[in-house]
Amino acid sequence: MSLVFYAIAGLTLAGALAAVLLKNTVHCALALTVAFAGLALLFLELDAQFAGFAQILVYIGAVAVLVVFAILLTRGSETPKDGVYSRNWLAGLVIAAGVFAVLGWAVLESARALPHETAAPTVTVLQIGNALMSRYVLPLEIVALLLTAALIGAVIVAMHEKEGQK
Amino acid sequence: MIETADQIFVLLKHWLVGLLPAGWQPVAGVVLSVVAIIAVFPTLFALTVWIERKGLGRMQNRIGPNRVGPLGILQPVADAIKSLIKEDIVPLSADAAVHFLAPLVLVAAVFMGFAVLPMGRNMTLVNMDAGLLFYFAMGASTELAVFMAGWSSRNKYSLLGAMRAVAQMISYEVPLLMSSVAVVMMTGSLSLTKIVAAQNHYTWGLPHWYIFTPWGFAGFVMYAIATTAETNRSPFDLPEGESELVAGYHTEYSGFKFALFFLGEYLAMFSISGLGATLFLGGWSAPFSFLTWVPSWIWFFSKLMLSIFVFIWMRGTLPRLRQDQLMNFAWKFVLPLTLLNLLVAALWRFLGEGWERWVVCSAILLLAYVFMGWEGMRRGHLGPRRYRYAE
Amino acid sequence: MTPLAGYLLVAALLFSIGLAGALTRRNAILVLIGIELMLNAANLNLIAFWRYGPHPEALTGMMFAIFSIAVAAAEAAVGLGLVIQIHRHAHTTDLDQMNRMKG
Repeated sequence: MSLVFYAIAGLTLAGALAAVLLKNTVHCALALTVAFAGLALLFLELDAQFAGFAQILVYIGAVAVLVVFAILLTRGSETPKDGVYSRNWLAGLVIAAGVFAVLGWAVLESARALPHETAAPTVTVLQIGNALMSRYVLPLEIVALLLTAALIGAVIVAMHEKEGQK
Repeated sequence: MIETADQIFVLLKHWLVGLLPAGWQPVAGVVLSVVAIIAVFPTLFALTVWIERKGLGRMQNRIGPNRVGPLGILQPVADAIKSLIKEDIVPLSADAAVHFLAPLVLVAAVFMGFAVLPMGRNMTLVNMDAGLLFYFAMGASTELAVFMAGWSSRNKYSLLGAMRAVAQMISYEVPLLMSSVAVVMMTGSLSLTKIVAAQNHYTWGLPHWYIFTPWGFAGFVMYAIATTAETNRSPFDLPEGESELVAGYHTEYSGFKFALFFLGEYLAMFSISGLGATLFLGGWSAPFSFLTWVPSWIWFFSKLMLSIFVFIWMRGTLPRLRQDQLMNFAWKFVLPLTLLNLLVAALWRFLGEGWERWVVCSAILLLAYVFMGWEGMRRGHLGPRRYRYAE
Repeated sequence: MTPLAGYLLVAALLFSIGLAGALTRRNAILVLIGIELMLNAANLNLIAFWRYGPHPEALTGMMFAIFSIAVAAAEAAVGLGLVIQIHRHAHTTDLDQMNRMKG
């Protein structure tokens, strides 16, 4: 396991931990951006260049900005008086630890059966384009429809109601 | 001789790298190219600052800086010294870590964009298969740095400027990508070196640059509008308009950090002009086939400086757009036209060679532009000016 | 430990961190942040199995991850729009205080 993998994995996990532990909500959003960047680097390490750049473009360029705007529009940058963790935080922590225990046990137990080093696949954007238009054209069209519905839905949900209807 | 002049930097790099032991050679090659980029573009930035101040001065019927050297040529040096020795003021209630990191993130993201630009024949730093996608991914990262700068200053003007800047950058990102997608569609590749290679042919001495086709011309105009908005240049510079918002998101920055923001903005202008030259103006290829003896990197940098001059010209000439005017313009005018441009580019390929495709494609684009312009003006209730006097 | 096991463990850890965040924080937006972390962990799993699996030239894992990125962006937009509208109605985003069905 190379040093590069450990460094990038450490960065991603540190960002994710900071995103759920910090008190200031905007700091959490910025730590989330660091986690997204770490994940994009992990994708690049796995020879998935298109997925890595799409991750940066979509998640850091759009989702992180969206989260930050939502925090500002809901005045989340002021710390609440009751503290930032909910009343039954211990139950949540135990559940998450249990999930990690099960997943980790499954991965480590099957480590003998997992495939080892394989040759790096050479994926060109041309192949991805061809696949999107031939084998995956139905999911592509459905995702287009889904994005249009999400666009219209988000605008309607977040729109100010007219004064007469309130 | 011509070959040597064209490839002089590549040969220089190979010679320097050859002086080192074999184990270090790949790393040394990359490091040398990175050092070259870091040396060349900030120098170009200094030159551009001088050109801008003198050029704007002349357009505004004044002389511009003329004290520091002959014709004021050492003014950028004076500005650099000033920004280095100024006190670095951080407001007491500002978020210190984010306030410190914002200019660094901006400059880092902007420098990454230069890695995929083909600055001459065989002169791309990293020849990626998905080069254009990498460039836009780095461009998307700059928005977050702008927001970080505005929010961490804990200043209403900064926050307002940052929100406006991010909204503007996001709105114009979509026309920017869509106008580039037409070029990608016609070339069949996201790799910038292949896009330049596809434009490097000549018919009767004239080049096959994409700007000389109807869809390419429309795409270039929309790309130019989108880049002016992306880099917050006039007439889209409301986020940093001095008369509106003090200085927008870099109000609370002084000294070297302000210089870093300035550097980041101009470097973003260079890289996006370089990308425009690559996509539409043929990159490093010469305008006429009898001029191919001039080195390719000279053509690339000439096109880049021409774009910068047009940016400066627009700044000195056009009035500023209001926030709602620029958002309306992006979503209701430029975006539908870019989608139509995509269709017209596909039609261009389907109609095959001949004069019909020129007429049909130009007609469709002209009609769409006139119709949408007429519709927009009718909706905006434009008419003769009405005067209201104080009673 | 094989490289694939390393990536899967990182993904599992990321998933449980996201789950912990979604279950323990008060602010609704932080719950959405936790959900985004979980989706990213699943994407990492998909790409890791694509890379170290038997047929990487079929591009299945990469396609799945790309569609997942697109859908996650759409879902984040709608979710955050809902949070903004709830804040306008209840003037708070504190999930511990939203324990009634009556609006």
